[in-house]
Amino acid sequence: MATAVELAIEKIDEYKSKIGRTLGTPMRLRDLIRQVRAARTMAEERAVVDRESANIRESFRDDDSPWKCRNIAKLLYIHMLGYPAHFGQMECMKLVAHPRFTDKRIGYLGAMLLLDERSEVHLLVTNSLKNDLTCSTQFVSGLALCTLGSICSAEMCRDLANEVEKIIKQNNAYLKKKAALCAFRIVRKVPELMEVFIPCTRSLLGEKNHGVLMGATTLVTEMCERSPDVLNHFKKLVPNLVRILKNLLMSGYSPEHDVTGISDPFLQVKILRLLRVLGKDDVRVTEEMNDILAQVATNTETAKNVGNAILYETVLTIMEIKSESGLRILAVNILGRFLLNTDKNIRYVALNTLLKTVHVDYQAVQRHRNVVVECLKDPDISIRKRAMELCFALMNRTNIAIMTKEVLIFLETADAEFKSECASRMYIATERFSPNHEWHLDTMITVLRLAGKYVPDEVVSCMIQMISANEQLQSYAVSQLYHAAQRDAINAQPLLQVAFWTIGEFGDLLLQPTDVDSTPISEADVISVFESVLPSALTSLMTKCYAVTALAKLATRFHSSEERISALVRMNQAHIQLELQQRSVEFNVIMNLGELRDGLLERMPMITHNSLNAAAPSMAEDDGFSASSPDAPVTNGDLLGDLNLGGSDYNEDLLGGGGNAPAAQQSNSNILDIFGDSTPAPNTDMDFGMGTPAAKEPTFPPVIVINANGVEVQIQVISGWNNERARLKMTAFNNSSFTFTNFNFLAAVTKAFDIALEPPSSPNIQPNEHSTQFMTIIRKVPNTTARMKTRISYIVNGGERTGEGSVNEFPGL
Amino acid sequence: MMQYMLLFSRQGKLRLQKWYTAYPDKQKKKICRELITQILARKPKMCAFLEYKDLKVVYKRYASLYFCCAIEQNDNELITLEVIHRYVELLDKYFGSVCELDIIFNFEKAYFILDEFLLAGEIQETSKKQVLKAIAAQDLIQEEETPQGFFEDHGLG
Repeated sequence: MATAVELAIEKIDEYKSKIGRTLGTPMRLRDLIRQVRAARTMAEERAVVDRESANIRESFRDDDSPWKCRNIAKLLYIHMLGYPAHFGQMECMKLVAHPRFTDKRIGYLGAMLLLDERSEVHLLVTNSLKNDLTCSTQFVSGLALCTLGSICSAEMCRDLANEVEKIIKQNNAYLKKKAALCAFRIVRKVPELMEVFIPCTRSLLGEKNHGVLMGATTLVTEMCERSPDVLNHFKKLVPNLVRILKNLLMSGYSPEHDVTGISDPFLQVKILRLLRVLGKDDVRVTEEMNDILAQVATNTETAKNVGNAILYETVLTIMEIKSESGLRILAVNILGRFLLNTDKNIRYVALNTLLKTVHVDYQAVQRHRNVVVECLKDPDISIRKRAMELCFALMNRTNIAIMTKEVLIFLETADAEFKSECASRMYIATERFSPNHEWHLDTMITVLRLAGKYVPDEVVSCMIQMISANEQLQSYAVSQLYHAAQRDAINAQPLLQVAFWTIGEFGDLLLQPTDVDSTPISEADVISVFESVLPSALTSLMTKCYAVTALAKLATRFHSSEERISALVRMNQAHIQLELQQRSVEFNVIMNLGELRDGLLERMPMITHNSLNAAAPSMAEDDGFSASSPDAPVTNGDLLGDLNLGGSDYNEDLLGGGGNAPAAQQSNSNILDIFGDSTPAPNTDMDFGMGTPAAKEPTFPPVIVINANGVEVQIQVISGWNNERARLKMTAFNNSSFTFTNFNFLAAVTKAFDIALEPPSSPNIQPNEHSTQFMTIIRKVPNTTARMKTRISYIVNGGERTGEGSVNEFPGL
Repeated sequence: MMQYMLLFSRQGKLRLQKWYTAYPDKQKKKICRELITQILARKPKMCAFLEYKDLKVVYKRYASLYFCCAIEQNDNELITLEVIHRYVELLDKYFGSVCELDIIFNFEKAYFILDEFLLAGEIQETSKKQVLKAIAAQDLIQEEETPQGFFEDHGLG
């Protein structure tokens, strides 16, 4: 029966609309929606929308059509479907100027949806808003305030701030709450307009209306976060805030603001956040709020999400303002309970908060380690990600063995996106906390095996550096890596690279028996590993290059397999990839050079530079380990901070994605001020005269200043102090497979020096090529050590990238 | 501060979008597309939070509709879930057991309700009664000035 009536109504409706159309009335909104929904294919839908868009466009020509409001409404629907609707922007503004409320309501809705703060019609918007803000109908002013809060540009803020302030001072709660939030938005957009609102804000917190209180708290929080002066000004408000919060806690059931038995949790959360801002680093203010925080923490019902939302905010406040230790214990215990909660959301929040608070109370967070480790097994990727970060933050010298075991289990089944980050973080953690080098090496071999092809190149070079720098480790390393390479040939290319490098360098150690039980390894065994890997199509180019180099080196270390080795080296002489082909040809020639060969293929000198190594101390600071990490050089603190290697930025760099925020090129004079004072050091007054660059062996070893994202920048002293002048050469290598254009190198020295840069050899660097640039440093104060800060910028694949680095001592200066 | 709120269906159709921060149109579309795919791919038992760019995305499903809010790093995820729930309650009260169709056919009303509840990406009114009162009063003005003829000529239709 009911459906029959409905059907009849629908039928009548249809006829009405048909008659309407014949009379020249535009299609109704609901008919358009019906038609779109009835469309069976995308093409049909597009046809409906295109036809109606054309109609709407046509009707916009007629300036005072009474259908504008309906047309705009349809256009907004079309906009939501993802079709172009920008031609309605101007019409929205015309609609807003109509006196009718319906027109204004739809007009402003259209303005909020179709315009944003970049539109050109802003002058019109500003004028309309100005008119309507002062309208006597509160709902019209309300619409104007709402629009201002949504799409205000900086100019609009400046033009309308005073109007908003007037409304805040009026005695209309409905508009007051809206105006307070508009003020919040204005302050966020143009902080200097804060001045306008400071005087009228204070009285807002005395209001009874919760909407006004919400707005006021939001506004004050924003102002305090923007300006320390305002922060101090509003510290007086703490007792008021405490009182409001207390009233909320004590008040009985009030149906208007109740959420499952808790009185206005939204306001409670807002106030707790403001208390956090006000109490930070202020003992006296903190004391004023300790009691209420304890009350909230103990009296809030935790059965529902609302209660936990409040507790979560309370914990954040307690940890951030460094409340008394009793409260802090309470807070960490709340987090502990959160961790065990069956609700995934609560667990996620707990992990997140523990990560934030780990620097405040390291030991307390450490107690929850087991639960955190369990979370690595969670099926939810959001939780796993948080748990992984927290695990690395909790790793230290005493627990690394246990933690590593769990992390490795996690790594084995982890998603691709985790593997790369996990591998580099594991390197940093093991580098810092490993009980011994053997353990470090074994763990990293496992990591490389499990993370496979996702291991970033940096980890490979760091592993190589570690093996190179630890002589006592080399014989163990080569045998472990040889076995690893035998077992896991194709799936872990980075592992193979490390293994090949090591076998190439220390192949002779491999043949010496390490202990009595092990079966001796013969030259033939080693060569057969290469024979199985090198020809395989599954082996990456990079790995093949490592392999060819290793084989060339082995030719001088192995004596009975020369024929097999040279066959392998020759194999790629016609390879399609130039790099491999060149290696193959050149090594083949070198191997036939007789005596010269042995000299050329000697062991490499010890490698001391390591890119992740440099990152480790900054990680430490990030996670609040600075006190416990002796390897973090204290003097470097500021510099590392400037380098911005910490936290997620650092990881982004490793992954090679994102992180190419266009940094404004700083002029030399700006960076010149970076070093306030410089430390005097003995002057090694050596006079080498003018060195001849490049052609000969370098006089001084170059310093690697930057090595990231495939760029390596080295600075080498060409001639030491002579007449208080030193000449240096910068060489930038492009180790990536893309061309760098507009490569720009800037260098700054301490105040005691002047620096003059000569033009670079080329602003563009092709892959595997380099560019050089000479510079002269002039010393103004005798016997000071030259320190340098450098910055590079270049364009690769259309995106600008930057890099920074610094040198604290130049060999030769 | 909430940066944007999206409502979309299980089929991935956008039903409502509210942007409190300015993004170019192209980016808005990209964000919608990416978030909708990511959220629809998540299993029901997973937590309600995602990390997207430098924002935290909080989402919740009600029947066939997903409500999804992007908030800043300092914002409280759990209370954002309550914000979503409050908005759903408001819609429910206004439409009388709301369903997706109500929001499709009366999307402008859904925007009006949202605009009385949130402003500039922050909560402006914590009382359900006040929000609905304001909406009812405005609907009344609209009704009074719209002649209710046989063809309902002047309304949105």
